[in-house]
Amino acid sequence: MINNMLGQTVRIEAADPKHDGDKTTSKYALTVEDLNAWYGNLMVIQNISMGIGAQRITALIGPSGCGKSTFIRCLNRMHEVSEGGRVTGRVFMDGQDIYAPQVDPVSIRRRIGMVFQRASVFPTMSIFGNVASGISLARFWSRRRDLKDVVERSLRKAALWEEVKDKLDQPGASLSGGQQQRLCIARAIAIEPEIILMDEPCSALDPISTLRIEELMLELKKDYTVVIVTHNMQQAARVSAWTGFMLLGQLIEYAPTKEVFTVPKDKRTEDYITGRFG
Amino acid sequence: MNELSGYFRRKQFSRLMLVLCGIATAVVILVLIFILGYTLVNGISYLSLDFITQPSKPVGEVGGGMRDDIYGTFILVGLASIIALPVGLMAGIFLAEFAGPKAASAIRFAADILAGVPSIIVGVFAYAILVRPMHTYSALSAGVALAIIMIPVVARTAEESLRLVPNSQREAALALGISRWRITLGVIVPGAVTGIVTGIMLAVARIAGETAPLIFTALGSAFGVQGLAEPIGALPLQIYRYALSPYSDWQQQAWAAAFLLIILVLGINISVRLVSSRRQK
Ligand SMILES: Nc1ncnc2c1ncn2[C@@H]1O[C@H](COP(=O)(O)OP(=O)(O)O)[C@@H](O)[C@H]1O
Ligand SMILES: [Mg+2]
Repeated sequence: MINNMLGQTVRIEAADPKHDGDKTTSKYALTVEDLNAWYGNLMVIQNISMGIGAQRITALIGPSGCGKSTFIRCLNRMHEVSEGGRVTGRVFMDGQDIYAPQVDPVSIRRRIGMVFQRASVFPTMSIFGNVASGISLARFWSRRRDLKDVVERSLRKAALWEEVKDKLDQPGASLSGGQQQRLCIARAIAIEPEIILMDEPCSALDPISTLRIEELMLELKKDYTVVIVTHNMQQAARVSAWTGFMLLGQLIEYAPTKEVFTVPKDKRTEDYITGRFG
Repeated sequence: MNELSGYFRRKQFSRLMLVLCGIATAVVILVLIFILGYTLVNGISYLSLDFITQPSKPVGEVGGGMRDDIYGTFILVGLASIIALPVGLMAGIFLAEFAGPKAASAIRFAADILAGVPSIIVGVFAYAILVRPMHTYSALSAGVALAIIMIPVVARTAEESLRLVPNSQREAALALGISRWRITLGVIVPGAVTGIVTGIMLAVARIAGETAPLIFTALGSAFGVQGLAEPIGALPLQIYRYALSPYSDWQQQAWAAAFLLIILVLGINISVRLVSSRRQK
């Protein structure tokens, strides 16, 4: 494992299957090394190492409670805000360990955005206000005029602009569930992160909304690195380039999606994707 | 057969309890109507525009109003709010958003004790720390006394309202890379504003009618409102004084003032209902 603090390309030994990142790109947006995470005394992530390819969709699958949410919350330093949340290990982004002591977690979260399972629209804000919130709340003062472009661009990227352009001042909570989730995506995009983490973004949505979000993800990967947690295996197969299978806090298998779903190396992966458990 | 009679007995018992609860509810409402009606009937002869626009008259002269005491009550409530709102709100925010569980429960306990301290003791306390050193009764000392009563109420209601804002809101804002303070002020407080405003209004309604602490601090004034370092009149004080006086004219004025005070407090309570029901829609 070479890690260059100057931010140069990080390579991972190909011998270890878990380290076997995406060979087609030499560039990882994130490189996770020996990551462990706890809630109080309960260890929920054990020794995970993986490279997350840039401008790809990486999917994490696994049964409920295996630690998928906890793991991706470790990637933007959100795990530590949970009660009892504790993390050890390293996560490199541009050669810099985001868990290094001098790193401000707030600055990491501005570079690595997150979309949650339940759309968490701010109910006191308008549609416009929601999209602009990441910018306006970080500044002392901002004028609507200065935010207009960002809001439009973000809503367009989130494929929501056409539906809301005439009612930007209505409350964000007045939208449908699927629209709210896209609003949350627009809000995450507005602060121009490099990576977007999505924790089961479709699990509360109907099939049509799910389809729209999936199309959106494929669109987003042109500009962003996307990590998505899903318990929907078809979804992982449809959108992702690489898939990781997690079980009981461990990363059991991590390989190109096609391989995971056609020739899984691990018996437990095979059992899971063929529906024998989970 | 036995089963059936058991059913009837239970049914009868439930009917009896329903009637008792109905009577108890009626008593609550009747007491309110009785108090309102009684003060109105007794004070009606004095309720006029003069009563709220004229200053009081010296002993022996008939007539006069309570302009200065109404004004005084507003000043005292304002003074108390200026002191209590920042302190109470910040304490509530600290309790809900920043304090660790141990510190929070200790502070909450202290606030609840403070809220339970009899108001006359708060008055004596303000007397000891302000009136004695300043060698004068004053509006300021009364404002401080009322603020001490107000702070725990504001802090606790603010805390409870802030806690009602779901944690997912905090997480969503944190994930946008926003600092804790900006999240609190920009997302959490706006989400709790209805509850916070309700708490403030209830605290105001509570102190507007406080009498005991004012006896030791505001004293009352025959010369109108003069300044913060001077004695000042207030509606409850004037009710207390006039009601105990031997003059029937003053006694009637006390009734009129009582009616005014009830209307004031009732008005605040009704506005609270309006504010919170509007938000729920
Ligand atoms: N806030 C929490 N406090 C304590 N334990 C938690 C908390 N959240 C999740 N866990 C536990 O951590 C494990 C992993 O949970 P999670 O990451 O949510 O799994 P997944 O997203 O794969 O369903 C589970 O065993 C769960 O019970
Ligand atoms: Mg989860």
